[in-house]
Amino acid sequence: MEIMLNGKTQQLADGSTAADLVVTLGLTGKRVAMEINQEILPRSQFQTHVLQPGDQVEVVHAIGGGLAKSL
Amino acid sequence: MAQIKEQVVPLAAEDKPLVIAGKTYRSRLLTGTGKYRDMEQTRLATEAAGVEIVTIAIRRSNIGQDPDKPSLLEVLPPEKYTILPNTAGCYTLQDALRTCRLARELLDGHSLVKLEVLGDEKTLFPDITETLKAAEILVKEDFDVMVYTNDDPIIAKRLEEIGCVAVMPLAAPIGSGLGIRNPYNIRTIVENARVPILVDAGVGAASDAAIAMELGCDGVLMNTAIAGARDPVLMASAMKKAVEAGRESYLAGRIPRKRYASASSPIEGTFF
Repeated sequence: MEIMLNGKTQQLADGSTAADLVVTLGLTGKRVAMEINQEILPRSQFQTHVLQPGDQVEVVHAIGGGLAKSL
Repeated sequence: MAQIKEQVVPLAAEDKPLVIAGKTYRSRLLTGTGKYRDMEQTRLATEAAGVEIVTIAIRRSNIGQDPDKPSLLEVLPPEKYTILPNTAGCYTLQDALRTCRLARELLDGHSLVKLEVLGDEKTLFPDITETLKAAEILVKEDFDVMVYTNDDPIIAKRLEEIGCVAVMPLAAPIGSGLGIRNPYNIRTIVENARVPILVDAGVGAASDAAIAMELGCDGVLMNTAIAGARDPVLMASAMKKAVEAGRESYLAGRIPRKRYASASSPIEGTFF
């Protein structure tokens, strides 16, 4: 199936969970937050939440930044 | 036997600690974490600044990022620093709200955020109408909102009334280094406020930070002035001292300005 990940198309195996996506991204164990179709998905639900084709997914983390513009 | 009179050094007005959203801070300097050369410089400058609150940005995690590189929150751990996620780069109400909600999830329910909704890229001035709306929604969602705004005393008061935990007027455009462009407005904002007022943006040199503090501000937030200096770690140390000196100068109470001289040596007893 195809989802939109951080604004780009991404192929994923059918039935993939949010946790599977984190593994695919190579971010296992990293502090990330996820939004699916503009709704927050709590980290406690990563293991059980099954992604659907066409989902708009944002995966974010903290970076250096101060005012308005970041690196 | 001659009585030795005890020398009593008059104390400056007792300082109250900086309290934001119920938490007490010793440092009145807050720093951003952007624009540094690398993580090591970020860490060293942050330490030299002696800060307890650091602001961070929230960005997409992309495939191909080096997973072995230390992440910002490993270099500046939330156990050691109060992490202040910001909505830098947000030009709409929705983007600002989404960023705050993601930040709260990212930081395990931590509710302190720095709200900024920007008007345009050239000035990076705040979009006040959207900032007011965003602040109202975030306060209802139980965020502790520190809000970036312009130096308009009326708007600063509105933001306080909405329930923001700190109001942060700009001194000059973000990254401009122009210093305190309207000290009279900053002073008026401070006088009217019941929440901490922190100058956010526009500081260029340590003297600017001292001026902000002498105006009675509760703190100063900066990033470019430190990260963009030729020696960021040294500038961080200078800013720490400037904020402390400015605070003491404010508490000590400056002399009034006069047009003509007033001698500091007595006139009596001169032999000429």
